[in-house]
Amino acid sequence: MLRYIVRRVALSVPTLLGITLVTFLISRALPADLVLANLGDHAAQDPQLVAAFRQRWGLNRPAPVQYLIYVEHLLRGDLGTSIATERPVRTELALSLPATVELASSGMLAAVVIGGLLGVAAAVRSDTPIDLAVRSIMATGVAIPTFWYAILLLFVFYFVLGWAPGPGQLDAGLAPGPPITGMYVVDSLLEGNWPVFRNALAHLVLPAVVLGTVGVGFIARITRATVLDVLQREYVRTARAKGLAEARVVWRHAVRSALIPIITVIGILYAQLMSGTVLTESIFSWPGLGRYAFSSAGNLDFPAIMGVALVIGVFYVALNLVVDVLYAYINPRIRYE
Amino acid sequence: MSSLDTVVGRTDSADVAEMVRAVHSRRLWRTIGVLAGVLVLAAWGLAAAAAPLVSPYGFDEQLVTESLQPPSPRHVFGTDDLGRDIFTRVLYGGRVTLLIGIGVVSVASAAGMAVGTVSGYVGGSVDEFIMRSSEVIMAFPSIILAMAIAVALGPGVLHAAFAMVLVWWPTYARLARGEVLNIRRMEYVDAEVAIGQRPWRILLRAIVPNIRASIIVLATVDLGSAIVTAAGLSFLGLGAVPPTPEWGAMVSAGRELPQAWWIAGFPGAAIFSTVLAFNFLGDAVRDYLDPRHRT
Repeated sequence: MLRYIVRRVALSVPTLLGITLVTFLISRALPADLVLANLGDHAAQDPQLVAAFRQRWGLNRPAPVQYLIYVEHLLRGDLGTSIATERPVRTELALSLPATVELASSGMLAAVVIGGLLGVAAAVRSDTPIDLAVRSIMATGVAIPTFWYAILLLFVFYFVLGWAPGPGQLDAGLAPGPPITGMYVVDSLLEGNWPVFRNALAHLVLPAVVLGTVGVGFIARITRATVLDVLQREYVRTARAKGLAEARVVWRHAVRSALIPIITVIGILYAQLMSGTVLTESIFSWPGLGRYAFSSAGNLDFPAIMGVALVIGVFYVALNLVVDVLYAYINPRIRYE
Repeated sequence: MSSLDTVVGRTDSADVAEMVRAVHSRRLWRTIGVLAGVLVLAAWGLAAAAAPLVSPYGFDEQLVTESLQPPSPRHVFGTDDLGRDIFTRVLYGGRVTLLIGIGVVSVASAAGMAVGTVSGYVGGSVDEFIMRSSEVIMAFPSIILAMAIAVALGPGVLHAAFAMVLVWWPTYARLARGEVLNIRRMEYVDAEVAIGQRPWRILLRAIVPNIRASIIVLATVDLGSAIVTAAGLSFLGLGAVPPTPEWGAMVSAGRELPQAWWIAGFPGAAIFSTVLAFNFLGDAVRDYLDPRHRT
């Protein structure tokens, strides 16, 4: 197992380098005016700042050298300076990452639980109205535009019914304690700060449901297909033949083996949820990476958006690594190939 | 079917009848889905194409005295804060949104197919380079990378479409490459090589025609997500620039005015129905052209 992990980690290094190469190429080749794109209208007027910028990123050196300088900066955690706030992009990303992880993980949890249950129900009752209903939900979940759906839910549950709190992470009157993880729900739970915990949780529900819906269709589709497939296998027939209760056959024999394909799609799904956060967070005023990307795009804050792309790309590679290792752990055949 | 029957694998006529009914009902629902999909798409396509004929208003015509009106016979989808007719703007917006979606998928699938075919046929270091590049691009969530490229280029419909193409081609390239690797081993390709046919001719005459179906299937299934992404980019302010109407941008304009739900509601419903229709159609095309995936 250890050998597999080492090999798999080594394999992600070229991908990581590739990611930096892509962000490097985008940031060097695409903007019409590189200095203007990175410094903004204001600073680009100042010859001293321009000279310092050129010096810092080695812009008068050959392109391969520029790339090495770029990677060297990245390794030191230097992602450039935001045009809009004039603060290091790294600091701003570090501040917004916890909120996104909190939101994306809750969305993921909602997607796996709801999608999994729907998928099992559809498979066990295939070709009945239940199946049809679940398949309609799946088709809707895949097709509905996140940004519109978010506005719709906010309109109905906050504006019309008043059941859900408005946008943001907490009500205006509440203040979170000193950050531990930076995630409000987790921190307030650890501190035993119940008013903040309840409020933060209530604020989390709607955006998590919006994000999760994208995944519900995805997870339900895969669960349905795998469980349906497994239910036709010989060992399920054997399980039934020895007189096991149907519930036990479904949950212990069929659903268990369906878990493997579900785990493999979780990596892809998490990436989808991270993309979904851009639109969801901007609507729910959720102070995470997504809203940061959104406001950076609005300000044409180029270094900031490249920072987000890089961080999410690296996150995605790391996540796939974890999924692959987990997969090898569950399914030993992979390890020995 | 009772579980005992399943156990002994016995099927009597009642079971067979039930299975036939199930297959029929599934086909029936699928047919209904496809018909509904085609109808919705035809309706949006025609309405968008004939927008000036269908609507009495201009897409940028501001009726200042009639701003923020809810849906009424005079303005079926209501009006926005500038007094513009939402119905008219949804029709004109469809032109932009549908064109970006279809345009991006057409260009990306053609480019991806060309790149992937060459990659699979030539092999070696060219293949290695192309496949590694596509992997790296696919390591980014598509909307994030498209956003970064669109910010680098500046807002605008063409820039957004170009950004999407840069992100969209790898799936097609990888599919085409895989198919080429399979087809290369076929005997009829060996035969072409044996009679001394030129490589380009083999590629164009013997290989490309056989991978077209898979590419078309993927492209149809893909149209929905291309449209959602295009609308999403516009929603983020990176696509259509005002006053050009575009569905995603219209939803974005309406989010500040929750009391006027119709401003964001109708363009959003337009995106939703179009994507749903494309997805139904995509499934049907897949069943038709690629029976391996038939469910």
